[in-house]
Amino acid sequence: MREKKTIVRKQKAPGKGIKLKLILWGSLALLILLTAAFAPYITPHDPYEQDLGRALWAPCREYLLGTDRYGRDMLSRVIMGARTSVFSAVLLVLITTVTGSVAGTVCGYHGGKLDTFLMRVSDVFLAFPGMVFAIAAASVLKGGLFGAVAALALISWPKYARIVRSQVMAIKNAPYMEAARLAGSGTVKIIFRHMLPNIAGPVVTTAVLDMGTMMMEIAGLSFLGLGAAPPAAEWGSMMSNGRSMLQTSPWVILAPGCAIFLTVMIFNLLGDTVRDLLDPRQRKKEELPL
Amino acid sequence: MEKILEVKNLRKTFYKNRSPFPAVEDVSFHLMKGECLGLVGESGCGKSTAARLIAGLLEADRGSVGLEGEEILGQKGKKKRDVYTKLQMVFQTPQDSFDPRRTLGDGIMESMRNRGMKKDRARERMYRLLEQVELDRSFGDRYPYEVSGGECQRAAIARALAVDPLLVICDEATSALDVTVQAQIVELLKRLQRERKLSLLFICHDLALVQHMCQRVLVMYQGKIIEQGTADEVIQRPREAYTRTLVDSVL
Ligand SMILES: Nc1ncnc2c1ncn2[C@@H]1O[C@H](COP(=O)(O)OP(=O)(O)O)[C@@H](O)[C@H]1O
Ligand SMILES: [Mg+2]
Repeated sequence: MREKKTIVRKQKAPGKGIKLKLILWGSLALLILLTAAFAPYITPHDPYEQDLGRALWAPCREYLLGTDRYGRDMLSRVIMGARTSVFSAVLLVLITTVTGSVAGTVCGYHGGKLDTFLMRVSDVFLAFPGMVFAIAAASVLKGGLFGAVAALALISWPKYARIVRSQVMAIKNAPYMEAARLAGSGTVKIIFRHMLPNIAGPVVTTAVLDMGTMMMEIAGLSFLGLGAAPPAAEWGSMMSNGRSMLQTSPWVILAPGCAIFLTVMIFNLLGDTVRDLLDPRQRKKEELPL
Repeated sequence: MEKILEVKNLRKTFYKNRSPFPAVEDVSFHLMKGECLGLVGESGCGKSTAARLIAGLLEADRGSVGLEGEEILGQKGKKKRDVYTKLQMVFQTPQDSFDPRRTLGDGIMESMRNRGMKKDRARERMYRLLEQVELDRSFGDRYPYEVSGGECQRAAIARALAVDPLLVICDEATSALDVTVQAQIVELLKRLQRERKLSLLFICHDLALVQHMCQRVLVMYQGKIIEQGTADEVIQRPREAYTRTLVDSVL
């Protein structure tokens, strides 16, 4: 006699809705990345050419997003800014996720003194107001945009280390880890095959969701003159330059603002979709009617 | 009859808030080839800890574990992997014992793939193993959350059998299942034990089930083996007061 197979259902390949979402948000994100990559070739005007004769023009047919106070084409600058903003944010996210994940995995898996040491170090970073530290670090590093990225990486990795560490600790004693040991898998194999795929969801989601925050932080440092230096086009510094003209010429701040908003939103939605895709249990909860 | 497993003076102390907590204290016993040995005791008495120490999933403080006369405690790397071709475990919560991101088939094939078996052959063998535990092939492609507890436990048994082990430790393999399913899994284990001349260490807190499965029983209490003997002996004429309460509470 076999038990009834009532709850058995054939694995639904990743739901159709999720696939559609992934394609939609993925291609929009890709579009942004491509824009960033090919920015110099697709700008309608030279983003750096100044002409005070057409300063602060409102959006018109020739200058679709208007011009700034030096008469530079806003659309071209927004496109050019994608390169600076998006790539520095991507770079920053990559650096922090990788460092944080390595530190977190080592701490969570190994434990002991190394764990204690690294966690105390990360406590120091977490206890200190992040931006203040980043400002200090960036001004010491004096490296322009890369200095800003490095400074922000320094304050951001502990968060990832913490997430990864707690995830690793939560599942490292799960019976399926022991089962993998019994199957003769070594530590490296277990980490890469059974551990990382199971914690990738929250890490990737956090990373993609952090894209926006990171972009804003880079912009913040740029505003203080510690990141992208003028006249480089960068969304954050473009926004701060436009602050004083919010009432008279709102397009100067709205153009880069909307660019940030849309980019952040697209990456957030992509992050959610990726999470759903990476976590089958999550998927199951959504698909099984209660 | 020869001994397949010989455990001597096994000991493990956990530290809870710095105060020592002896979870397994001086446990010694042996298991004969083809025997099904029961290990009973209330929850928290150290049965799982003992099982994990024997399987080398947890480091023992002291003691020795001989498998076919060879010391297996403290083995590392390749030697340890070799141990796992002879010794396997089935866990209490079947669904948690499979990686939620991998199919049951992947889980069953992992040990074969680790030993260098080609994918096609491993797959064929996985199907044969599923057959032996009375599951059809399609279960190989399912995820652990897509099958019932009983089916998942069958797959876990198939996974344990994948290496043709001599000894299988069943750590409350039936406790998380409801009664009818439990009976089916027990029958399956009995049949496999008979057919494959398996040795079983059957950990359980249900005395009636142990009596049904095992010839010999160990009674564990607060980390120690306090009584052992044939199942009928222990159940009908318990010598220790604790065993008596255990017997009275279930029968
Ligand atoms: N990793 C651990 N750290 C600290 N204490 C533990 C650990 N594993 C088990 N214990 C403790 O050891 C005791 C025995 O647990 P266990 O062997 O799981 O009992 P059983 O399987 O008989 O129910 C319990 O009190 C439990 O809290
Ligand atoms: Mg237990």
